[in-house]
Amino acid sequence: MNIVILGCGRVGSTLARLMHRDGHSVTIIDLQSESFRRLGTKFKGNRIVGTGIDEDVMKRAGIENAQVFVAVTQGDNRNIMAAQIAQHVFEVPKVIARIYDPIRADRYRQLGIVTLCTTTIASGLLRDFVSTNEWGLAKDYSEEYLTLNV
Amino acid sequence: MYVIIVGGGNVGYYLAKTLAAARHEVLLLEKDRARYRTISEELGEIVMQGDGCEVAQQMEAGFGRADAVVAATGSDDDNMVVCQMAKMEHNVPRTISRVNDPRNEKLFHKLGIDATVSSTKIIYNLIEQEVGGGEVIPLAALSRGNIEIVEIEVGTKSPVMNIEIRNLELPKDALIISVIRDGHAILPTGETRFALGDSIIALVGADQEPELRLAFAEHS
Repeated sequence: MNIVILGCGRVGSTLARLMHRDGHSVTIIDLQSESFRRLGTKFKGNRIVGTGIDEDVMKRAGIENAQVFVAVTQGDNRNIMAAQIAQHVFEVPKVIARIYDPIRADRYRQLGIVTLCTTTIASGLLRDFVSTNEWGLAKDYSEEYLTLNV
Repeated sequence: MYVIIVGGGNVGYYLAKTLAAARHEVLLLEKDRARYRTISEELGEIVMQGDGCEVAQQMEAGFGRADAVVAATGSDDDNMVVCQMAKMEHNVPRTISRVNDPRNEKLFHKLGIDATVSSTKIIYNLIEQEVGGGEVIPLAALSRGNIEIVEIEVGTKSPVMNIEIRNLELPKDALIISVIRDGHAILPTGETRFALGDSIIALVGADQEPELRLAFAEHS
């Protein structure tokens, strides 16, 4: 499988190493080349320096032949825009974006992007563990979040 | 009209000032506290500190009753999300986005943003039109009828030279409203002939501008 990952932070670099170890063809994009240090020595995938909201950078990363695109930078809006470029310009079959803001995560999910809201997942898991002393499944707690008063 | 501007940089700041002077109701949203303090000292209570992408702050700012939302930050991703959320959450009738990378204009239109402005592209077009003779220069776009006012220079190789207006093959929705010759405006009739150096001012349907361009193009 060809996978393009945007953002080489803790999540992006770990995902890249896991997918590479599993035998997939991985390309990772980050604004700063120093971030690639997190990949360690065994990672042999492609590293591209640049921004994910630029079609040229995405092309250099091989987005045209990718089956999966994952956006996990620190910026919600950057992830949203990169995901929409992957979805609408390059028609990547599976597009996933991490979005910290639960509301934006919900709305863009409705537009066909798979969104991962780590805010609702972490707080939901913690709440369950505090009250039951058991770790629940990492389901998405976003619907429950929307029942809170904003 | 109630206009909300997101982003208090130079573009947002001067736009807010201009709209307020024209007696529109304006709200300028700026995220950065230091910048907010600076501009609110001059513009007063029309400036609000907040993140224009957050739904809670959009509600506080009154996105629900806005006639237009303008995203004027220096980041295309932020501008895109401001406009999309304004449409999705609040049904804002008109969303206008500043586009820093002109290549993003196409994507923004595809994603449902009503209008985009790219200063890079405007300046680029001006330079291009300065160089090429016989070009059609848009002077103003009248959004309501989807009509543009354009200026066309008659160059040496122009096929319209010495042709009478009534013999000109123009697109259906094109009207020549004036000819500027030697610094004077002529109100043309059917018998007016075009001369070298004439500046033609025309009204044209936006979709027929390329056709009009072709009628005046210098064939090589």
